[in-house]
Amino acid sequence: MSSLAQPLPTLARRTAFGNIVLNEARLSWRRPVGLIGGIGIPVLLVVVFGELPSFRQHPGSLGGFTVFDLYVPILVVFSLAMLALMGLPIPLASYRELGVLRRLSTTPVPPSWVLAAQGVVQLCVAALSLVVIFVIGVAAFGAPAPKSPAGLVLSVAVSIAGLFPIGLMIAAIARTANGASVIGRLAFFPLMFFAGLWLPRAMMPGVLVDISNYTPLGAAVETIQDSMLQGFPPAAPLLVLAAYAVAFGFLAQRFFRWE
Amino acid sequence: MTSPGSAVEVAHLRKTYGPVTAVDDVSFSVAEGEIFGILGPNGAGKTTTVECATGLRSPDSGTIRLLGLDPHVDRDEIHEIVGVQLQASALPAKLRVGEILDMYRSFYRDPADISELIEVLGLAGKRADYYRSLSGGQRQRLSVALALIGRPKIAVLDEMTTGLDPQARRDAWELIESGRGRGVTILLVTHFMEEAERLCDRVALIDNGRVVALDAPASLAARARDAKSVRFRLSAPFDDRLLTELPEVSRLEREGADVIVTGTGELVNAVILTLAVAGVTARDVQLDSSNLEDAFVKLTGRHPHKEGAMA
Repeated sequence: MSSLAQPLPTLARRTAFGNIVLNEARLSWRRPVGLIGGIGIPVLLVVVFGELPSFRQHPGSLGGFTVFDLYVPILVVFSLAMLALMGLPIPLASYRELGVLRRLSTTPVPPSWVLAAQGVVQLCVAALSLVVIFVIGVAAFGAPAPKSPAGLVLSVAVSIAGLFPIGLMIAAIARTANGASVIGRLAFFPLMFFAGLWLPRAMMPGVLVDISNYTPLGAAVETIQDSMLQGFPPAAPLLVLAAYAVAFGFLAQRFFRWE
Repeated sequence: MTSPGSAVEVAHLRKTYGPVTAVDDVSFSVAEGEIFGILGPNGAGKTTTVECATGLRSPDSGTIRLLGLDPHVDRDEIHEIVGVQLQASALPAKLRVGEILDMYRSFYRDPADISELIEVLGLAGKRADYYRSLSGGQRQRLSVALALIGRPKIAVLDEMTTGLDPQARRDAWELIESGRGRGVTILLVTHFMEEAERLCDRVALIDNGRVVALDAPASLAARARDAKSVRFRLSAPFDDRLLTELPEVSRLEREGADVIVTGTGELVNAVILTLAVAGVTARDVQLDSSNLEDAFVKLTGRHPHKEGAMA
């Protein structure tokens, strides 16, 4: 009797996962909140800041770099934060609210696949956004090419690993899509302050930098900026991000409800 | 414990949520190919029963076997052979019907043909439509399509026709009837008597988390016929106890000015005589005709359509 049904063969499982990713991609295209926040706004800001003459001058105080050079990593983190804090949790909270996850749990496909598919889609958007920001920043507005490409890739990867679990935690505690959107925004703006969106870290008073070092977006900007302008990044910001990854990964996994 | 040819076996199922006992003690067995109704008022424990049976919830105690499989142990197999249509579950608004169907189809090993399925369900022209543009009836039919897309051996349909207009409801009934004889076992949760009467081979009547009756719909209705019910108005005030103390009377209730007395044997004679002796006249006397709905009311003491009638 138990041989009645075999689990899907590997190829079919891949097809099923591919179909979920495809539909998630369609949904993020049709309701492009994530695309606007994750690509549209940061790319627009790159262009606007790049066009500001004062941002392109070298005020000796910044170690030979321009204000624009400092803003490229900030806008990279802006994009990652948008995707992690809003792009990821809002659809997940909405699926739970609608009963999509519950419905999936009655099929041979576990609802965790939707979560994974969302992650894949957000990662693709992030990759696209980062490429566009770097290409425009370097090619059009003269930001220096990354000093340590390997360090940059590592920094971006660790930043994503630190930020996405925070988004999952938002999806875990929000009861509705609206709730997720409110929590996401409440988290985004103060965290972006410490990332230096209004005042780059190099211009912050010492005490703010000290706080910023321990915030997820501050640490992300620090390590990405170091990779771009100095060389391979130090361990401290990477460890801070790794700590966020572990802590929020644990909490999200503990508190996430499928229905 | 599984008898041959039985698709669903539920024995002494019990499920509580904190202090609330949703399902107290439910047992039934459904034969392969049978259309089996689970009927009961809101809050009786119908949905919890099927949620446990399909592995969505873990029962506190009791055993469940679907084609010999335990839904909490053999999850993978169960999901492949059991199709579930859930109450109140929506889909992403901005996916098209065809995209949803293609995705769900790819979840199963041996899925149904989509064109055929949506033809039968009257969704053939809707493949390119967004989910959010579908009417309530169309959404419900899509939900049924998703329950059937894996060509399940057992289909569980929870309140399939709730919220549908009468025409859509009849269409859905025809769909179920057309599937009869194809060997699919159907577990149909409903609080519509007419639906159960028309579709089900047998019906389990659930109330307060227990099976209060289990029989063919016609037999249940016949059983209700033994228990009679008489409705009348009184010419003068009257102490209920005079009637409730009669051995023929099992229950008395008032509905506005009407008095409804339920009981057995020579009920009508006993009631009229007692009233006459007390100097009260029964007016507008009506004997209720008996169908499954009456069986429901008589066996549970509740009207099936009344929301919140449950404590």
